[in-house]
Amino acid sequence: MQETATSEQPATPVAPPSSDIAVEITGMNKWFGAFHVLRDINLTVYEGERIVICGPSGSGKSTLIRCINRLEEHQEGTIIVEGTELSSDLKNIDRIRSEVGMCFQHFNLFPHLTIIENCTLAPIWVRKVPRSEAEETAMYFLEKVKIPEQAQKYPGQLSGGQQQRVAIARSLCMRPKIMLFDEPTSALDPEMIKEVLDTMIELAGDGMTMLCVTHEMGFARQVANRVIFMDEGQIVEQNVPSEFFDNPQNDRTKLFLSQILGH
Amino acid sequence: MAEDVFVRSGIIAPKPPPILEIGTIGWMRANLFSGWLNSILTVVSVLSILFVAYEFLPWMIQSSWTATSLNGCREQIIEAYGEGTTGACWAVIRERYLQMLYGFYPAELYWRPNLTFVLMVVALSPILFPRLPRRMLWFSAIYPFLAYWLLWGGSVWFPLSVVLGFVIGYLLIVGISERANLLAAMICGVLGTILYWLFLADPVAQVAQSMLPIGLVEVQSDRFGGFMLSTTIGVTGIACSLPIGILLALGRRSDLLIVKAICVGFIEFIRGVPLITLLFVASTLLNIFLPPGTNFDLILRVVIMVTLFSSAYLAEVVRGGLAALPVGQFEAADALGLDYWKSMRLIVLPQALKISIPGIVSTFIGLFKDTTLVSIIGLLDPVGLTNSIRADAAWNGIVWELYLFVAALFFVFCFLMSRYSMHLERRLQTDRH
Repeated sequence: MQETATSEQPATPVAPPSSDIAVEITGMNKWFGAFHVLRDINLTVYEGERIVICGPSGSGKSTLIRCINRLEEHQEGTIIVEGTELSSDLKNIDRIRSEVGMCFQHFNLFPHLTIIENCTLAPIWVRKVPRSEAEETAMYFLEKVKIPEQAQKYPGQLSGGQQQRVAIARSLCMRPKIMLFDEPTSALDPEMIKEVLDTMIELAGDGMTMLCVTHEMGFARQVANRVIFMDEGQIVEQNVPSEFFDNPQNDRTKLFLSQILGH
Repeated sequence: MAEDVFVRSGIIAPKPPPILEIGTIGWMRANLFSGWLNSILTVVSVLSILFVAYEFLPWMIQSSWTATSLNGCREQIIEAYGEGTTGACWAVIRERYLQMLYGFYPAELYWRPNLTFVLMVVALSPILFPRLPRRMLWFSAIYPFLAYWLLWGGSVWFPLSVVLGFVIGYLLIVGISERANLLAAMICGVLGTILYWLFLADPVAQVAQSMLPIGLVEVQSDRFGGFMLSTTIGVTGIACSLPIGILLALGRRSDLLIVKAICVGFIEFIRGVPLITLLFVASTLLNIFLPPGTNFDLILRVVIMVTLFSSAYLAEVVRGGLAALPVGQFEAADALGLDYWKSMRLIVLPQALKISIPGIVSTFIGLFKDTTLVSIIGLLDPVGLTNSIRADAAWNGIVWELYLFVAALFFVFCFLMSRYSMHLERRLQTDRH
């Protein structure tokens, strides 16, 4: 039995792209009521690192990244994001949230605003950027995700893949230092997954620090520096993609990989 | 080659639909005669409408417009249409419509409520129709004070002095928030404004009036009546209850325990009490609790009660809209770094209010019609006036004509509100291709 050896997780297996720390999580525990959903999480993310988190449903992977921008509150341990510790201080939370972009499984675009308004809202109201400048930035990122022609439409008029790319552009307009992806392709038709993954791959190429919860193993192999496997609220295994997929160590990891890759 | 292999080589061009499915014939087939039950219902409905019209229209048309009493009406109708005919006595409306509209407002000052009404339309239009220039909203902000001055008259300095209270509050909030945190600034600003209103607003107005007397002839509240009174109470109640209702709904969902308890307590108490009870409290009990000598205008008291009453209902309607909003919208707003008030104002409320439009407008319509309850505490709204008109020996016994007139007045306004709400729902629809 080599399971639950979470407090002695393997050290980061390869040299990180940078020695500056983006996110540092130490001894973090979280409960939903009496349910111990995250157990003794230790994780250091370096600037420019691209981390894929996978695991069976209910393993706590979404909860983990939602703790990083405090959509979920942790009860024990510390989380330091870009040098600011997450505590109940609302000012810190708002500052961290404006530095950390997030994409959701169901996009969560604002349906009452046009695409361009979705993209300019936070820069104008949080960063106090002048409207014209915010619109310029928005168009730049909409071009980057290849849908500038949809700028005046409403989210309800776009396909799922287009909406998710707008959601990515909306986050990028805040010029975040870190991007969190919470199963960004799980709600998409198969034909649209690729366009979103391509956008994410391009983003990775630009050196963005990324934490992705996803089951797209091809994506993990192609862009991740590290793959983290979680089960029952703990980090079970982490490794570089090639080692993780070709030579998994933990029995639970082997079972998981055989189930998602075996058909 | 196997039978079940098939590869299409061309595309089937679109054809027009069958003629019986479109146009008037198609519409009638789909909506009036789609089956035997539907066809029977259509025929029965048409016959019922014809029957009501047949019974009712002659009464409406074989009427008297010129008599000066109910008996005069009857004689005129019999003379014109023969023995045994009954008809409407519209003469009472002709004689008393000004009273039904303005109550006992001095006739030579009718231009004031008329002007107030016209200006109300001007003040409402930029709120209702976003295409109009946004600068018009400044007039909408000034309008309540202007309307008060026009209707009640008196020194122009009093409403101006009340406006000054808002300016003082704003300056306090801006000034203090630069040095201390926002919450402290808000509390100071609100307190400062209230203290000013209680102790300084009146003296300031009097000093200004003594230096530069500008004013209109004063009209006391007991001269107010008729549809003008209903509109005054209704429009003020509607304008004030929406923001209060929204705040109560947000408070009820708040994480702050005391705020939540206060909001829940208020909403449940108000909703648990009949409006008429609150109106009696306004008309009688409040005088007992207030310090002797305070002259607290009855219309103002009624407006406050009506506002509180409908804001409790609105709070629940808006809470329904908030609950219907997917949690992802709150999360996305949070994740972008918007603080609570910004995310409410920019993301949550625009969507929650849009969902609640039918409920909100229903509450408004209900409030507007509930203003007729003030007749019970002795205010002479249109329904109250029907009683005093019947008290006149000439019109004793007249019922239908008066109530029909009141109903028509209210119907026009409520129908307009209802149509506007449908227009608004269509305008805010953003998921159409």
